Amino acid sequence: MSMLVSIFAATSVLAGAFFFIAGTLGLLRFGDTLSRVHALTKADNLGLGLIVLGLLPLADSLADALKLLVIWALVLLGGTTAAQLVAGAVRREQEPPP
Amino acid sequence: MTAWLLDLPLALGLFGAGAATLLARSLFGAVLGFISTGLIAALVWVRLEAPDVALTEAVIGAAATSVIILYVASRMSAGAVAPAPPPMAQRLLAGALSVLLAALLAHALQALPDPAPSLAAPILETMAPTGLGNPVTAVLMAQRALDTLLESAVLVFAVFAIWSMAPERRWGRAPGPAFIAEAQGPLAFLAKVLPPIGIVIGIYIAWVGADAPGGKFQGGAVLAAMWVLPWIAGLIAPPSISDMRLRLAIAAGPLVFLMVGLAGFAVADGFLAYPPGFAKPLILLIETAMTLSVAAALACMIAGPPERRAQP
Repeated sequence: MSMLVSIFAATSVLAGAFFFIAGTLGLLRFGDTLSRVHALTKADNLGLGLIVLGLLPLADSLADALKLLVIWALVLLGGTTAAQLVAGAVRREQEPPP
Repeated sequence: MTAWLLDLPLALGLFGAGAATLLARSLFGAVLGFISTGLIAALVWVRLEAPDVALTEAVIGAAATSVIILYVASRMSAGAVAPAPPPMAQRLLAGALSVLLAALLAHALQALPDPAPSLAAPILETMAPTGLGNPVTAVLMAQRALDTLLESAVLVFAVFAIWSMAPERRWGRAPGPAFIAEAQGPLAFLAKVLPPIGIVIGIYIAWVGADAPGGKFQGGAVLAAMWVLPWIAGLIAPPSISDMRLRLAIAAGPLVFLMVGLAGFAVADGFLAYPPGFAKPLILLIETAMTLSVAAALACMIAGPPERRAQP
């Protein structure tokens, strides 16, 4: 049982790390701001989500597991808002008001 | 064994972020480098098993200071005055002094006896009467309470210094610029959704400081952010700087601290001494007042002195 848990945790965290690396690559290599924002939010949403998912079975208590979920939810909220704000700023720059 | 796998990238990252801050070609790039340096420094503190310092570094060093610097940077690039780079001799002198300081610090680290002298054991032995579970809080609030009292007064003076930069005719107005409200949009959404959650988390971080990493500065900074966010979104207006409630909130922490300290003359062994059995409730009372003051003072520092209202 604990073996299975370890395998699940390791797979999930590694998959999360992959999304972070892919997101970082995208941030460095993509040409325009909107694509870069897109790459970055994948790291936040999926990468951190998978890492939290992998850490959940390893949490000491239910309260710790809930804290991990709250951290993920807050990062989602913050990351999404920041992405929307950056995208909005790009749009305003591209379309000067008449 | 494999600790270097984690530590080496962190150390290199810290140097890299520092170099990026210094060598950045734009003001904005330098600010981003500064934020990265603060975040990596927080991770380094986690690796050094100092979570209290890591939390403070993250909320004060990386977050609150960065907001202030970012704001200053955006105003400097928007204004007519382009900052002139300092003369070469001044930059060389600053660089030489920094290298000298780093060399001296490195030398001091090398010269430390092994094992390094530590007060950890006596602190763990003597912290029992405080009823606290976090030795860092025990040091801050009992063993070295005088230092913490002076630190808390510094916050009040910092707000004085910022407000005193307001021109005479704007004295008594609300601090900082006014932001135009956006009824729709992501910022307004975040400013409506986040504060209820953030206020609970800020109070939790301050409360848990008695027994675990956390405390008044970390929790207060989160609370300050929950006040600044709706202000930037244009949903609330900050109170005037002559509002008695705002001034009391800023001064509450040092005032309560000082009163408890003076009461120590009457009911305990002297200044800042706690009567036996009442240490923890008194420390919690001071921490509560201090959390409020840290939040109010940090928010006022971010807002800045009263200035011209934005043209709608």
